[in-house]
Amino acid sequence: MAISEQEIRKVALLARLELTPEEARLMATQLSRVLEYMELLNSVDTQGVEPLALAVEVTNVLREDRVTPGLDRESALANAPHRDDECYRVPAVLGET
Amino acid sequence: MAALPYTIVVGLEVHVQLLTESKLFCGCSTKFGAPPNTQTCPVCIGMPGVLPVMNAKAFALALKAAAALNCHIATFTKWDRKNYYYPDLPKGYQISQYDLPLCRDGWLDVPSEDEAEDRRIRIIRVHLEEDAGKSLHDEKAGRADSRIDLNRAGTPLLEIVTYPDIRSPAEAKTFLQELKLLLNYLEVSDCNMQEGSLRVDANINLHIPTPQGIAATPIVEVKNMNSFRAVEKALAYEAERQWGVFQETGRKLGEVPKQTRGWDEHAEVTRPQRSKEESSDYRYFPEPDLVPVTVTPEEIERVQASLGELPADLRRRLRRDYGLNAYDADVLVNQGRSTVHYFLRLADVCGDGKAAANWIQQDVLRVVHERQISITDFPIPPDTLGEVIRMVRGGRLDTPKGRQVFAHLLQHGGRPQEAVDALGFKDVDDAEVQALCRELVDANPKVVAEVRSGKEKALGSLVGQAKKRNPHVNPARVKEICLELIARM
Amino acid sequence: MESFWELTARELSDKLRRGECSAVEVARACLDRIAAEDATVRAFLSVEPDWALSQAEEVDRRRRAGESLGPLAGVPVAVKDNLCVQGRVTSCASRMLAHFRSPYDATVVDRLLKAGAIIVGKTNLDEFAMGGSTETSAFQFTRNPWDVERIPGGSSGGAAACVAARMVPLSVGSDTGGSIRQPAALCGISGLKPTYGRVSRFGLVAFASSLDQIGPLAQSAEDCALLLEVLAGHDPRDATSLDRPVPRYASELEGAIKGLRIGWVPEHFTEGLDGEVGEAVREALRIYEDLGAELVEVASPHARYAVAAYYIIAPSEASSNLARYDGVHYGYRTDEKAMLADLEEERRLLRESGDEAALEEIDSALVRLYRRSRAGGFGAEVKRRIMLGTYALSAGYYDAYYLKALKVRRLIRQDYDRAFSQVDVIAGPVTPSPAFRLGEKTSDPLAMYLFDLYTVGANLAGLPAMAIPCGFSREGLPIGLHLQAPALEEVRLLRAAHALQRNTDWHRRRPGSHIAARSELRG
Repeated sequence: MAISEQEIRKVALLARLELTPEEARLMATQLSRVLEYMELLNSVDTQGVEPLALAVEVTNVLREDRVTPGLDRESALANAPHRDDECYRVPAVLGET
Repeated sequence: MAALPYTIVVGLEVHVQLLTESKLFCGCSTKFGAPPNTQTCPVCIGMPGVLPVMNAKAFALALKAAAALNCHIATFTKWDRKNYYYPDLPKGYQISQYDLPLCRDGWLDVPSEDEAEDRRIRIIRVHLEEDAGKSLHDEKAGRADSRIDLNRAGTPLLEIVTYPDIRSPAEAKTFLQELKLLLNYLEVSDCNMQEGSLRVDANINLHIPTPQGIAATPIVEVKNMNSFRAVEKALAYEAERQWGVFQETGRKLGEVPKQTRGWDEHAEVTRPQRSKEESSDYRYFPEPDLVPVTVTPEEIERVQASLGELPADLRRRLRRDYGLNAYDADVLVNQGRSTVHYFLRLADVCGDGKAAANWIQQDVLRVVHERQISITDFPIPPDTLGEVIRMVRGGRLDTPKGRQVFAHLLQHGGRPQEAVDALGFKDVDDAEVQALCRELVDANPKVVAEVRSGKEKALGSLVGQAKKRNPHVNPARVKEICLELIARM
Repeated sequence: MESFWELTARELSDKLRRGECSAVEVARACLDRIAAEDATVRAFLSVEPDWALSQAEEVDRRRRAGESLGPLAGVPVAVKDNLCVQGRVTSCASRMLAHFRSPYDATVVDRLLKAGAIIVGKTNLDEFAMGGSTETSAFQFTRNPWDVERIPGGSSGGAAACVAARMVPLSVGSDTGGSIRQPAALCGISGLKPTYGRVSRFGLVAFASSLDQIGPLAQSAEDCALLLEVLAGHDPRDATSLDRPVPRYASELEGAIKGLRIGWVPEHFTEGLDGEVGEAVREALRIYEDLGAELVEVASPHARYAVAAYYIIAPSEASSNLARYDGVHYGYRTDEKAMLADLEEERRLLRESGDEAALEEIDSALVRLYRRSRAGGFGAEVKRRIMLGTYALSAGYYDAYYLKALKVRRLIRQDYDRAFSQVDVIAGPVTPSPAFRLGEKTSDPLAMYLFDLYTVGANLAGLPAMAIPCGFSREGLPIGLHLQAPALEEVRLLRAAHALQRNTDWHRRRPGSHIAARSELRG
């Protein structure tokens, strides 16, 4: 299935990627080719087949409710590109949802 | 209240924080009030390479809540990722439950003011999820940025979604109070709105009878309500606002997109909140880092059996077995399980439910509140207080003296008799009181005449004289005997 | 005297144990070899001489003190740079994490250090392990030691090349769709992707969580066994890790091949398979037959859908796994001032043109910060996969792509289940052709994806699989044999591989030195 540049722009916003117009055009071309290939799957009869999301048949893995040492604040913030003494900083989030 | 020209229809989405020591997927503390970013680890910061592991206690508490909310508990439940970008959501997704929640189809009965029967509010689903961190807008120095504190990130939450069964703002408040009480009883959550351990959003619209049938107004989601009182006020405001808009525009459900509005506590109005359409595409998919959890029917039964008496059961029992009225039963049950236990023991010892309820409400709880202690730390055990109440009921002490004994026990501890002795209250032989009363009646014909003419108050002077002659007499007993004597004259 | 670099991990560790050499001597020799070879091969993103030597000194000290030492005591090992090592950069070969220092150790790193292995450095990979040639690394191309104009394979290209060029005897990689086996095959070494859940993923920077698995790359099956024994085991920090005993792989290698039922899938030998690769694989099968194995044709009717299913599932999970790289808590962040200025300029232009609708739609500062940081931090292939995955999971496409792929995934798993009811292992080619030239497929993502067609099945089904050398092309490029087994049957794989290696010497061949070749190369 072909994907339009307009769809590419919509998906890019969902994925929080900034694409230049050229990048968006190239992306549309390349992804369209890949998606066309995916059409192969339409020929598989999957009626009544349960999806398989995990390759292990493990259940009920739980940990005890116990406090364990974490990071001190300096280590937690050490990799932050923009911070102050206590917090990570970002452009104002007011009005965002 | 005059009947409204419409029906209010409300559904609630409640998030409560589970009472665990550690977060849902890592060992960081969930304690409230720590300095920013001091309760984190690579897992809850969402550092590259980390993996979540489910907290067993959180799961157990969720099960308990689900059982108490009469839900159908899934024997197989799994986790999903809800993908969206926000600075307080460090992984870029929230681990939640989508198509196979822990449980669905439950209910909670809430006391109703004008109906004899409780009102049943149905629950759509209950599921477990992790909390996000906190964005703090920095208004200091007019900075145009926000600060992110991840202490809360990964805290276990239970999301409880009701059907739109709530019919008034007051009922929404009652539902929340009842839910809080229930979860407190179960020790599932402390539901403290100030500390963010209970948060609520409401969906509200109106059903309006018109000549063409019932018209429904567009559904509005109301957020930012910071207390139960605020929920009530916000919904009342929103109902009136929707009524006004409907009268003006006639717009019905489906004709405009769903709106989100925030409650402005100071202005007491709701205001529209900005929301981008694309943000609602959460791209849920199964969380590949967590495995499903299965629960056997036997385990579910065990959980149900372990719940104990819940608030609604207790209220019924206090009214039926202890003769309390609805108000008193409510007050006691609302105080929590340990207060009810104190009451039950006290009532059994003193043999009078009503008296036990009065003493708790007027005396015990006053001290508990003053001292800001829990009733389990209250210094007078119910057996001791029960003896005091028995003395009062049996006429050995009048109520003021009973209170003095109470105060003495509070300060010094010990047995009631020790307090009575220490306070110098002497038992007076009833024959002695009888003799005294006869003397007084004979000596005060004027008073007797007044009493006979219906002025019972006049007895006061006889009681006063009796107390002067013997300070240990029980005034109630004096009154009783005098009345008898006068009646027989 | 033999040089240390010529030895296998087994030989080295025996020498060390017997006191014939010290860990420091071995580490020095290894660092010298890296200094000489890696200028050309460029397998390493970082080498840690000081740390390596201090680890080695500690091993020597403990040996002198008579303390008990781990099974890899003093043996140098390289770690793929998507595995977290505390206090050191874990870049995933991405600009996004170029300066990211992990505050913790991956479980496998912890296990390596406890086993006494000497971590000498971190190896290059396709950015976030997305790619099959190591060309998507943001920092450098790694060369195939057999022909430096060719790719080493990927995504664990650095991990395979450093073993092939005999810089280290052991190397740890990760395999999401063939990322250990394919570079091992193209570089002429042995590599094993364990059963999903056999090795803890804690500290492996996630690409596609339900497919990722860490495993060993080495000169031989025996060395793979040695390393797997250290890597494998239950980890309470990984909920998908299997709580099952770990066999003593290295002591379970001997065993008769007689009676082993080896399955082969006819479709693996038809269209698209390079003739020389087909011939080498068939020759390996003949050797097995000579050793007493029974060859059985098995059906794999859904194998042809594996690439399509894989390239929906893996990018879908990746789009979510990589959402955390947003420039807020760590990692690359765009220049905020410039970003805000650009945004203001865009707003001004829209206001002037009176385009109210566009003005309403324009990104907020926060959204733009995310978008630009991610655009600047990620390379083209990573962006393509994030876009593909976001699309496959988005409203309206989920059922047609993601859900459909999960159903096909189950059918593929059922094919394996049926096949393994008839045979003990399945053998076939690892790749459709030997290593291709640098740049040959970079402009054609689909062609690159199709190169994975033989390897992705084991990841989708969660099964163990291995690549071992089974010959060379006329141009002198290595060719790999793919062996797959049922879940938790790593011993079976290793035995089969070891049997072939006792009867052939493909795995002993090594490329010529690259010390002289350096000057002829570009970039």
